[in-house]
Amino acid sequence: MIDPGKAVKQSTEKPAPPVAAAPKLLAGVIFGLAFGFLLQKGGVGKFNILIGQLLLQDWTVAKIMLTAIVVGMIGVFTLHHFAKVNLHIKPTRIGSNIIGGLLFGAGFALIGYCPGTAAAALGQGSWDALFGMAGLVAGSWMFAEFSASLKKTVEKWGDLGKVLLPDLLHVPRGVFVVIFAVLLATGLVALEKIFPR
Amino acid sequence: MRTRGKTSFLIGGLALLSMRSAVAAEQGVNALNYPGPAWSPYVVGVGIGILSWLTFYFSDKPIGASSFYAQVSGFIGKLFAKRHTESLAYFKDNPPRVGWEFVFVISTTGGGAIAAITGGEFVNEWLPPMWIDRFGDSIALRAGVAFGGGLLMAFGARLAGGCTSGHGISGTMQLNVASWIAVICFFIGGIAVAMTLFKL
Repeated sequence: MIDPGKAVKQSTEKPAPPVAAAPKLLAGVIFGLAFGFLLQKGGVGKFNILIGQLLLQDWTVAKIMLTAIVVGMIGVFTLHHFAKVNLHIKPTRIGSNIIGGLLFGAGFALIGYCPGTAAAALGQGSWDALFGMAGLVAGSWMFAEFSASLKKTVEKWGDLGKVLLPDLLHVPRGVFVVIFAVLLATGLVALEKIFPR
Repeated sequence: MRTRGKTSFLIGGLALLSMRSAVAAEQGVNALNYPGPAWSPYVVGVGIGILSWLTFYFSDKPIGASSFYAQVSGFIGKLFAKRHTESLAYFKDNPPRVGWEFVFVISTTGGGAIAAITGGEFVNEWLPPMWIDRFGDSIALRAGVAFGGGLLMAFGARLAGGCTSGHGISGTMQLNVASWIAVICFFIGGIAVAMTLFKL
């Protein structure tokens, strides 16, 4: 915990050990296996399905993401309501969210995989994912090189802190979740009608 | 000036790539002519949604992938330039470690392999068929473009604060404003570049 009055930089929180505890890692392995299995079965390890989404020809990616969002949102907010889970909210920084998002998208179209689906693609024997993964490592390094100056500039533009859509719209979270789930589900039904794949 | 130079270099590269593609294929390719998903996207979507409940409940973690690559870059950096790596702001805030996210992404590869092998979808190929039909069978070209794409993608993910998993699924389901902005921008940027590459 940081004591705001006295010490800004010193924290009594222990630094995380370089290797996490075995049970934690085991859980990560099991969940990772399940994630990779689902991604491959969903076809999102396939170059043509991911690029097909960006060409607005194949809507598999949108269908998977929106379904996962509806199901995940209902469960996570229910669990959170009963104090069973923590939310993990990343700060909203409009400048870096937009610029970073656009750069990510441009890279997405070139590589044809995303960071998670590249791992699943590699598993299914799409070896070109290796080139993309090498690029992902290099790009992460490049970001780290510039991270000090980015922190002082771009990351300060439009910094709203940790904020959720219902807070922004001044709607109670529960109400928002229900309305949003209905809206997204309706959107999915429409999407399926217009684009069978 | 420097950024302008880089931008025009990028645009020039994109234009070159589409010109090359004009030789390989007369018309734009259609993604629907290639293999589809093994399972219904709704089954997979429900599965990933429920998997999120489990990772939140049992591991106190949202699903995410991009930080893995940053950790790998940190480990490699520490191997060659320990002091410099530790001096970088990003690695001060996020020291590379073998944690939950690290093993999660590695075993995502294993999960993909199990699904592909049991489903008879193990492809064992260096180039995706759709890529060959558009850009020809040069592995070097594909390697360069994928590497460059990965570079941009990771830089963007770190700046935006996550990827298609961390923002696109985990953040959006938590109704995080940052994630909805980011994921919309992922698709705007992606659609613009993909249309240029595959449709021009």
